Amino acid sequence: MELTRKILEGDVRAAARLMTMIENGASEARAALKSLYPHTGSGYIIGITGPPGSGKSTLTDELTDELRKRRKTVGIVAVDPTSPFTGGAILADRIRMQRHSLDADVFIRSMATRGHLGGLARATNDIVDVMDAAGKEVILIETVGVGQDEVEVVGTAHTCVVVSVPGLGDEVQAIKAGILEIGDIFVVNKADREGANRTATELEMMLHMAPDTGGWLPKVYKTVATKGKGIVELVDAIFEHKAFLDERDLRKKKGRERSERAFLTLLQETLAARTIERFKRNGSMKELIERIADRELDPYTAVEEVLESIGL
Amino acid sequence: MTTQVEQKIRVLIAKPGLDGHDRGAKVIARAFRDAGMEVIYTGLRQTPEMIASAAIQEDVDAIGLSCLSGAHMYLFPRVMELLRERGADDIVVFGGGTIPDEDIQKLKAAGIAAVFTPGATTGEAIEFVRTNVRKTV
Ligand code: B12
Ligand SMILES: Nc1nc2c(ncn2[C@@H]2O[C@H](COP(=O)(O)OP(=O)(O)O)[C@@H](O)[C@H]2O)c(=O)[nH]1
Ligand SMILES: [Mg+2]
Repeated sequence: MELTRKILEGDVRAAARLMTMIENGASEARAALKSLYPHTGSGYIIGITGPPGSGKSTLTDELTDELRKRRKTVGIVAVDPTSPFTGGAILADRIRMQRHSLDADVFIRSMATRGHLGGLARATNDIVDVMDAAGKEVILIETVGVGQDEVEVVGTAHTCVVVSVPGLGDEVQAIKAGILEIGDIFVVNKADREGANRTATELEMMLHMAPDTGGWLPKVYKTVATKGKGIVELVDAIFEHKAFLDERDLRKKKGRERSERAFLTLLQETLAARTIERFKRNGSMKELIERIADRELDPYTAVEEVLESIGL
Repeated sequence: MTTQVEQKIRVLIAKPGLDGHDRGAKVIARAFRDAGMEVIYTGLRQTPEMIASAAIQEDVDAIGLSCLSGAHMYLFPRVMELLRERGADDIVVFGGGTIPDEDIQKLKAAGIAAVFTPGATTGEAIEFVRTNVRKTV
């Protein structure tokens, strides 16, 4: 396939085009993803999560700089929220990363959530795969950073970096509620601000009390992303975690979990779409819903009947 | 894929050159978002090379350039030239800012699809994008 061949040869435009087709759910995307799949699986995926304004984009830019010094090619997927009212979005993470835009070994792609919850967009996983197939050795994913339920990135990334900032006691509270479990590495960014040491200590204390997650002890690092401080140490920590995973064959295990999730999601989506499509062809969806709304029929029986009618 | 998700218009709004006037660009970016588009905003001080490269990576349908410094006659055509070199001149390029009438014709001859000067409404710009971007993905 022409598109696949171009992407494997490193054609940026072709890869970018496929990413759009994936986001738009175009049918050609599926064929291209099929033929790219054997070429995926070697990229090392790093998630960067944390509240808005904590410095995720600035850190991503700095991490990229350090990774390039270590001769790694880099893909960046930066996710920003879609406005639920207009369906539009302003994707502004790139502002902080533009110095890499002329580096042929860095590919930056911004994407909007388009209504998907969990910190990523629906298509993020597939877009990471395209970067992987296009030969990017390290892929950084910057999550939306709106809520506490940014857990989806764990399912995609090999190493998950959780970013917080000094001060705000609530910030630490937010981290406690759910995000503590997902971090392999914790960063207190904006360490040039007052209270960085205290925030780091608080985090360390909470990490000590956290349940054991198989031998890896997450550490807390302080950075000043705007000045490039602490970045070398942070990249070292990421590679330490990578080595930890590889020594214990855990990267493979994570990969298998990611494959399982991707497969199940795809199966669900495809099944649902085909079921609805077929049902629409045979029966009347509108009529059925009216009967449910009028309490003539309950939704549980309705679903059973629909599945039966199409032989499932 | 079987699940047909909707197709969104993606636009890059960019400030080429050293010009620091960014109000107009931000007004346009917000208006486009409110019109349901995905707007990639790359901030101030972009070279034409950076703009072309970002546009290709982001696979945008259109690029909106904003310039109030008077350097539009060099910067706008240069972006077009770079896109052409990279086979990406199907991306619609348009612009705005303080641009004298006599320059607008020349810019259009260089491939800039439209120019919006102070006083132009955001509605006009939205309408332009909706009717002019490539329809097939
Ligand atoms: C506000 C302003 C400033 C502010 C800017 C604040 C900011 N962050 O933007 C400040 C005080 C910082 C400033 C500084 C300067 N300014 Co001043 N500034 C203005 C002023 C009064 C209004 C600009 C503005 O914000 N308008 C409101 C916005 C919403 O309108 P707009 O940008 O024109 O955008 C509209 C359209 O043009 C169009 N549009 C614009 N971009 C785009 C892009 C797309 C894609 C689309 C579709 C449409 C579009 O749509 C918008 C909505 O209608 C203009 C005069 C004027 N009347 O334009 C001078 C003006 C632009 N400035 C001027 C100058 C000379 C300067 C300075 C060099 C002054 C100095 N000697 O220090 C500095 C340079 C700063 C720099 N780093 O570049 C000159 C430029 C002359 C030229 N082009 O040759 C102007 C024209 C004043 C003049 N008549 O001399 N300025
Ligand atoms: N003082 C200080 N400001 C920072 C630091 N890192 C980022 N910032 C600023 O914080 C703001 C938000 O940064 P950004 O990277 O966009 O955060 P994101 O929303 O998490 O992606 C920007 O104005 C940055 O310049 C830091 O280490 N110290
Ligand atoms: Mg960001």
